[in-house]
Amino acid sequence: MSEVKVYSRPKSWMPDVSSHYCPGCGHGIAHRLVCEVIDELGIQNDAIGLAPVGCAAMIYDYIDTDFCEAPHGRAPAVATGIKAVRPDKIVYTYQGDGDLASIGMGEIVHAANRGMNLTVIFINNAIYGMTGGQMAPTTLIGQRASTCPLGRDVKVNGYPIRVSEMLAALPAPGYIARVTVAQPKYITKAKQAVRQAFQNQVDGKGFSLVEILSSCPTNWGMRPVEAFDWLVNTMIPYYPLGTFKDFD
Amino acid sequence: MGRVLMKGTEAIAEAAIQAGCKYFYGYPITPQNEIPEYMSAHLPEVGGVYVQAESEVASINMVMGGGSTGYRVMTSSSSPGISLMSEGISYIAGCEIPAVIVNVMRAGPGLGGILPAQADYLQSTKGAGNGDYNLIVLAPSTLQECVDLTQLAFDLAQKYRNPVMVAADGFMGQMMEAVEIKPSPTRNQPADESWALGFMGERGGKRSHLHSLYLSPEPLEEHNRKLQRKYAEIKKNEQRCETYMIDDARLVVAAYGTTARISRSAVNNLRAEGLKVGMIRPITIWPYPFETFKRLPSTVEHILVSEMNAGQMIDDVKIATSCKYPISFYGRMGGFAPSVREIEDECRRILGQ
Repeated sequence: MSEVKVYSRPKSWMPDVSSHYCPGCGHGIAHRLVCEVIDELGIQNDAIGLAPVGCAAMIYDYIDTDFCEAPHGRAPAVATGIKAVRPDKIVYTYQGDGDLASIGMGEIVHAANRGMNLTVIFINNAIYGMTGGQMAPTTLIGQRASTCPLGRDVKVNGYPIRVSEMLAALPAPGYIARVTVAQPKYITKAKQAVRQAFQNQVDGKGFSLVEILSSCPTNWGMRPVEAFDWLVNTMIPYYPLGTFKDFD
Repeated sequence: MGRVLMKGTEAIAEAAIQAGCKYFYGYPITPQNEIPEYMSAHLPEVGGVYVQAESEVASINMVMGGGSTGYRVMTSSSSPGISLMSEGISYIAGCEIPAVIVNVMRAGPGLGGILPAQADYLQSTKGAGNGDYNLIVLAPSTLQECVDLTQLAFDLAQKYRNPVMVAADGFMGQMMEAVEIKPSPTRNQPADESWALGFMGERGGKRSHLHSLYLSPEPLEEHNRKLQRKYAEIKKNEQRCETYMIDDARLVVAAYGTTARISRSAVNNLRAEGLKVGMIRPITIWPYPFETFKRLPSTVEHILVSEMNAGQMIDDVKIATSCKYPISFYGRMGGFAPSVREIEDECRRILGQ
């Protein structure tokens, strides 16, 4: 009987390394999609990643490309600095919602507005993960977090920010899409979007951002299966999936 | 290019281009705006790139990215802007990325004013960002020195993989003087592929990883020890200092930058009166030129520190001289510089003349 290989780790995943992420966390899936795309496009030697501050700070332990570790929220600025010198390289940031949509809102807006030929992978899990479940700019209305224990109150905290829609209002950025890794059927589409965001840079088209709705069962106070259900039933209605902007 | 009359900020910018700096990330703030303006006009002529950042926070992080490629990059700002950059400077030092930062210092604190000052001495030499790190800090006193030290800054940044600051006070930025700007012999130095980002293929698939995060204490302490060994090496190799008429001096004026120019005139006038006054002028304010202070002649009885601040260098002079001399201070703040006459009077008072 011949053996058929149905599963293997991507080549650009660090050899013999398992992630530190909690059970039911979406980061591992999102990392894998990035690795698969890097492999498929054959850009491992040319890719330069910018690590965020947050749970994915150690993304460089898992993805085997050149990496620089940006200060909190500053990855788009660091990426802009690299791309100015090395337009021949594939420069990508991987940022969470606290990193990108709170402390780094200035950097992402202006990087997008310059239309810099960069790829941004934006993980939105509606919470600060690494610091222990504080309210994020993306925390949903009424959602409990350690700094809004009674739930997000719009009178005090304002509304959760829809980053993709906001950036899509700018003329310069070329590709902006929101996907999720909640279920296999969504993951297939997420992969297509991540691939598109990297392909655009390879083609020299300009700024591309993929917002990935992800899960944080630990800080949401849920079991993994409940967390993915909550993501589908509660997050997606507020953060609709889709492509908000495309080059064509 | 022979000697030409140039404004300090533009001389610094042209010196950087002649040192092979092709990438500049800028943000407007007075009194250094001519640097980003000059770069935006002239970098495209040499195949370079000027990026206008959205803030000093962004510009220093762009420098971090650009510097991580191993090529020569630079930013400039003035005091409040440097405060905003402090986070990024700490990361750049922690990641050991070469970068050149020019600070055309203005009066503080806070928004202060746009007039010249040396009030960022402590900020630049003691570290405004978090953690144990040091910048190499160069303090020019003439526009020719602005040119030469800017070019030196790129060499030192690459040699030590460390951020280097040219701390030019506002007078250095805004005055005009004849300068000669030559192409730096190291202007075409290639990026060091052994560590720089973007050479994974050249390294045979071995990636480079620039970071300052070490979650375990053992590697973080080892990283710090490595940095400290580097700083010790810099302290040993890179102290720069000028002495002027100190051989028989009873009184030595310690000053840097514009205050040193003014002090030099005061020393000349006092010498003409027969008073035994000299000057010691740190050119590197980090590493501080301790060795030169140690070799002050036995005739010295007193040191006068003069700065355009409230006396930020006094502690370094006390340490450098092991507190063996009485130290006086004469400074001005708010955008004023001490006048030649004021320094002369202070010297006469100290000497009892």
